[in-house]
Amino acid sequence: MKTLDRKLLRDLWKMKGQAFAIVLVIISGVATFVMFLSTMNSLNLTRTRFYQDYRFADVFASLKRAPEGLKYRISEIPGVDKVETRVVADVKLDIKGFHEPVTAKLISLPDDGRPLLNMLYLRKGRMVETGKDNEVIISEAFAEAHGFSPHDTFGAVINGRWKTLVIAGIALSPEHVLQVRPGAISPDYKRYGILWMNRSALEAAYNMKGAFNDLALTLSADAKIGDVLVHMDNLLERYGGLGAYGRKDQMSHRYLTEEFRQLQRMAEMFPAIFISVAAFLLNVVINRIVSTQRDQIAILKAFGYSNLNVGLHYVKLVILIVLLGVGGGLVVGAWLGNGLGNIYMEFYRFPFLMYELRPSVAAAAAFISIGAALAGTVYAVWKAAVFPPAEAMRPEPPAQYRATIIERMGLQRFFSQPSRMIIRNIERRPIKSLLSIIGIALACAIMMAGRFSKDAIDFMVDVQFGLSHKEDMAVTFVEPASMKAVHEMKDLKGVQYAEIFRTVPVRFKFQHRSYRTTIQGIEPDSRLHFLLDTHLKPIHIPSSGIVLTDYLGNILGIKPGDMLTVEVMEGSRPVRQVPVVALVKEYIGLSGYMNLTALNRLLREGDAVSGAYLTVDALFLPEIYRTLIELPRVAGTVVIKDEVKNFYDTHAEAFLFFVFVATLLAGSIAFGVVYNSARIALSERSRELASLRVLGYTRAEISYILLGELALLSLAAIPVGFLIGRGLCAYMSKALESDLYRVPLILESATYSLSATVVLASAFVSGVIISYRLYHLDLVAVLKTKE
Amino acid sequence: MFNEETGISSKIREVVFQVKSLTKVYTMGEVKVHALRGVDLELYQGELVVMLGPSGSGKSTLLNIMGGLDTATDGHVTYFGKDLTRAAEKELTEYRRYHVGFVFQFYNLIPSLTALENVTAVTEIADKPMRPEDALSIVGLAERLNHFPSQLSGGEQQRVAIARGISKNPSVLLCDEPTGALDSATGMADRVVHLSNGHISEIIKNAVKKSPREIHW
Repeated sequence: MKTLDRKLLRDLWKMKGQAFAIVLVIISGVATFVMFLSTMNSLNLTRTRFYQDYRFADVFASLKRAPEGLKYRISEIPGVDKVETRVVADVKLDIKGFHEPVTAKLISLPDDGRPLLNMLYLRKGRMVETGKDNEVIISEAFAEAHGFSPHDTFGAVINGRWKTLVIAGIALSPEHVLQVRPGAISPDYKRYGILWMNRSALEAAYNMKGAFNDLALTLSADAKIGDVLVHMDNLLERYGGLGAYGRKDQMSHRYLTEEFRQLQRMAEMFPAIFISVAAFLLNVVINRIVSTQRDQIAILKAFGYSNLNVGLHYVKLVILIVLLGVGGGLVVGAWLGNGLGNIYMEFYRFPFLMYELRPSVAAAAAFISIGAALAGTVYAVWKAAVFPPAEAMRPEPPAQYRATIIERMGLQRFFSQPSRMIIRNIERRPIKSLLSIIGIALACAIMMAGRFSKDAIDFMVDVQFGLSHKEDMAVTFVEPASMKAVHEMKDLKGVQYAEIFRTVPVRFKFQHRSYRTTIQGIEPDSRLHFLLDTHLKPIHIPSSGIVLTDYLGNILGIKPGDMLTVEVMEGSRPVRQVPVVALVKEYIGLSGYMNLTALNRLLREGDAVSGAYLTVDALFLPEIYRTLIELPRVAGTVVIKDEVKNFYDTHAEAFLFFVFVATLLAGSIAFGVVYNSARIALSERSRELASLRVLGYTRAEISYILLGELALLSLAAIPVGFLIGRGLCAYMSKALESDLYRVPLILESATYSLSATVVLASAFVSGVIISYRLYHLDLVAVLKTKE
Repeated sequence: MFNEETGISSKIREVVFQVKSLTKVYTMGEVKVHALRGVDLELYQGELVVMLGPSGSGKSTLLNIMGGLDTATDGHVTYFGKDLTRAAEKELTEYRRYHVGFVFQFYNLIPSLTALENVTAVTEIADKPMRPEDALSIVGLAERLNHFPSQLSGGEQQRVAIARGISKNPSVLLCDEPTGALDSATGMADRVVHLSNGHISEIIKNAVKKSPREIHW
């Protein structure tokens, strides 16, 4: 080993505390980068492979009923590759020991058990036997939620008839990687499942012999999906088609895409912050090392080492530190990435996670870190190397201090001598002080960003279920029913109050823009269902016209006063014009809302209702659940309390994970910045502080001078951090918004205080370490040193 | 040709350093220091020259410029005809690497390297160096090769600095107060140059050089 390299290692060992703090920050940055990118890549890879291997369809359509022969006309549409027709039905389940309402989607399998598209990955058991009409395959998430194994049984109400089903196997499908009940806000594996059954059994149960009500198809490589969809809609219209849609509107795929997009955003944002903090720290530290080694640089040059040799020596030091950080970061990142991947696997049901840390991701992490670090250090090294050696060997001239602005304003009498030293020192290096403040502030901001999603979601849930939907449960009917059905509900024992609603699938059109969703018809003086204006004040549903979610208004480019075209996707499929009367605030989903009477008038359907909102006496819940399972008219029941609880249950782990990661990262940044600032201040000023000790100052007094400055900077950083954090969260909220949900910019005071606490605690820990050193300041040795 | 001033025949001895109207002003914080105010001097091959003068008279500055460690404000220094004051950074680096040995006033050892390594750091990049161990044994430190500067006394550190200076077998050896007893060493010198306030005030030629043994250290 070259002598200079030996020096490098020893220098590194001597500055191990500082190096450790920097390495910690780099580890954090690289780990976040690797975690997000590798998780995203892995999920993408897993999804692509699963889609490919299990032939996920490109286009989907549901309809009322069409003869099997139509299949051939569909396969003749230009661009269509393979077509598979199915019978699909929503069923209620009756599970022993679980009293709450459970619904499921029942999908037909070809009788040979081998679907052409959306093939099943069988995890346990076997496929359904030909001819068996009571065997089902169930989705894995649903099976796990209820502890089901093959051969277990449960009850189901299929087309009004109660039947015992036997589980043949447990499987996964590319069509239901994410199992979200239509209209729900998150997957609920206990209360919503996917079942597969023989086609002939389903045909028999639903009188669908030789017919189908659902289909999936794949496209050839050169197909134009828009044209295919138009063709299909034309063909399916007279069979009660609900509109064909591509993958991008397929529920499971859409949620996945949305989540992936969020990961991508995170992967862009967080690492950038860390890398810049790390570069800043390296800059500060290397600057300091270089300036304390001025005379050593001079000596090396005096003996004939070139500027390049000397420069490379320090560059090596930086690269060594960065590589330690990158190495650690890769390990931690892969570990966290695996953890995050597994958390996602709870939501997303892939057969397996193909965790992959691409060499390109690792290389990018190393490249970015080294690049940023070098950019931060090149100037410091250049500045040191460019001096003639003799000049570098002369001691640095005394630092230039002057009276601070506070003193120039005549306020010095309020400050003791040590306090003045603190203020002068901060003012002497405004840029450095500012950068320290920004560094610490970034730590605070990251902490806030980590907690933000929880605050925002709490708020969304509060608004959605506390202000907007006040019912205990929503019951939907199999077919639009008459008012009589509602009276039936009202008469149930334990039901306190019932209100009807109507849901109509529609396509909204305005100018060249269109959007598929539903219109919710609400009772005129609803006591359960409120629309909220932009200030979240409840507003009454107007007696005519339509009200749209504000985000939907933006998508359509429509504003109150404009006429909206409504294409109804059921019944006689009328096309109507309705004036938009208001836009309302909603964080989850996009809908249109109308007065129920106005909606029925528009559809010219009399008093048809889709379901009822109920408030109930909790004491009678089991009986109500029982009755709802048995009532043939009832297609399904959603219990709001369960919905919210389930939402938190499924997300709790992810929340905890993000808060944990954010705390770790924010803590390491705050510690890194404060410790390094303190350590440098200590080495710069130990002589001055030792002199003061010799003059009779106590240890506490000199600690005050050094740590007071850091405390002041840390405190000043908190409000700056709050601002940056808020900005960061505003960016996240903007970046994450989609038609599935809009994340409001809500930050609880607990988040502010927690963020400040983490930062101050980290600052305090570094303060303690530094004051330990300060207490052991060797007065004689310090005063003897040349510098 | 016989030079009246130096009393040395330039035919016999080649000029190594030629210093002409050398001026150096440097800035210390907000103060300007005139270290050299137009110095003229020639140094010859094989000469041992001692420079004396009070603190601040410009001895170190002159040495530093001759050693290629510092830039001149005005005037010239040539080394075998090569103008050091006009040389590029790369040429100065090579000059320092292959021609000059230094012993510094404050030793300037690298604290993170042992005695041996401090010498090795120099021999590693030199042309025809001696073995670092040999250099250290010349100064009597053969037993303390692996000690760090902080483990050596002031005198020992000074000797490491000397070993480092001579280890590359330099063409010229420039020593800035290499020993505390310099006054007595003037007897060994060919010439003694007296500096005062940035000028050469006097040059004395020793008609008879004493050998080290004759000097009372």
